[in-house]
Amino acid sequence: MAVLVDFWAPWCGPCQMVGPVIEELAKENEGKVKVGKLNVDENPQTAAKYGVMSIPTVILFKEGKEVGRKIGFEGKESLVKLILGL
Amino acid sequence: MIYDLIIIGAGPAGLTASIYASRYQIKHLLIGSRLGGTMVWAAMVENYPGFSLITGADLAKKIIEQVKKLGVEIKNTGVLEIKRKQKGFELKTENDEVYEAKTLIIATGTQRQKLSIPGEAEYLGKGVSYCATCDGAFFKDKIVAVVGGSNAAVTSALHLADLAQKVYLIYRKKPLRADPIWREKAQKNSKIEIIYETNVLEILGDGQKVITLKLDKAYQGNNQLKINGLFIEIGGKPGTELVKILGVELDEKGYLKVKADMSTSMAGIFAAGDVANASGEFQQIVTAISEGALAANSVYGYLKGDNK
Repeated sequence: MAVLVDFWAPWCGPCQMVGPVIEELAKENEGKVKVGKLNVDENPQTAAKYGVMSIPTVILFKEGKEVGRKIGFEGKESLVKLILGL
Repeated sequence: MIYDLIIIGAGPAGLTASIYASRYQIKHLLIGSRLGGTMVWAAMVENYPGFSLITGADLAKKIIEQVKKLGVEIKNTGVLEIKRKQKGFELKTENDEVYEAKTLIIATGTQRQKLSIPGEAEYLGKGVSYCATCDGAFFKDKIVAVVGGSNAAVTSALHLADLAQKVYLIYRKKPLRADPIWREKAQKNSKIEIIYETNVLEILGDGQKVITLKLDKAYQGNNQLKINGLFIEIGGKPGTELVKILGVELDEKGYLKVKADMSTSMAGIFAAGDVANASGEFQQIVTAISEGALAANSVYGYLKGDNK
């Protein structure tokens, strides 16, 4: 199953608005995409491992490999398209 | 179904227009791709009456909750196209839905202005950022630069100075155009070095991260500036693409021209917030919400006249 990870932090305003969108996407893609959130404040090494230097960043993985990335707060549609590209 | 009103944009202006429209029982829809709009980037809002200090994102969440409580559905998508119909307008959204309305409130705000220089897109998220409060923490003890001279640019530089080893503030003019209180703070901060009358020409790196900026003028004998991160804060441009095509009149700076009642040059189209020229360049949450309320009130009057 594909995995979608939302990199965020509590101090990041746009991240607060991406949060509910990510939850909607999790519901809409149940069984197809596993959706998770990663707090970069608590997991700085993981963020660094994936080269995340700007949040919000959403990365889509398939079979453990990155297949897509969205940086910034662009609205729900850009994330829907990312998943449709699977 | 034909709506009485469709509000495009879900920032403070659009959300407030919806609250008022709900109370006027105007059958309406709110469409916006970025819920909360530009205010979600504001880390500290200290001039919104009723709250001594609130984050823009928290304020946005409260307003969105209020809109939803009034029973309004928010379509979290963008509008691709607006067409004029015999009576009203037809809208097509990014997710291929079509809606019709008798009136529109354009509250599309501004989009972040880019430098449009080589390396900017390539290094987005690899050292290039448009949000100092979001991304400052990735540059702890590093060297960063901020481009711009506005309040947003200077407050970004001050925020970064708490985290980074050094902050260059690069502005194309002199002096900074930020409020005197911010200007003074930046000038007094030992970590901030202001580079005046200079433009960034190119962002260079190793493919993985930013390494240097190429300047149009030498600074301390070198036109290459070594940095780890670049924060771009050069303001916004009005989101008028959708209505410009329809022939709605803009002012000389590209903002939607509105009258005191927030009506535009085209019957049935109203505007509010940062996209409109009502408050000049005074782009505040409080001006946006008051314009949103006014626009909804004017739509109410317009619809009443229309139904006679």
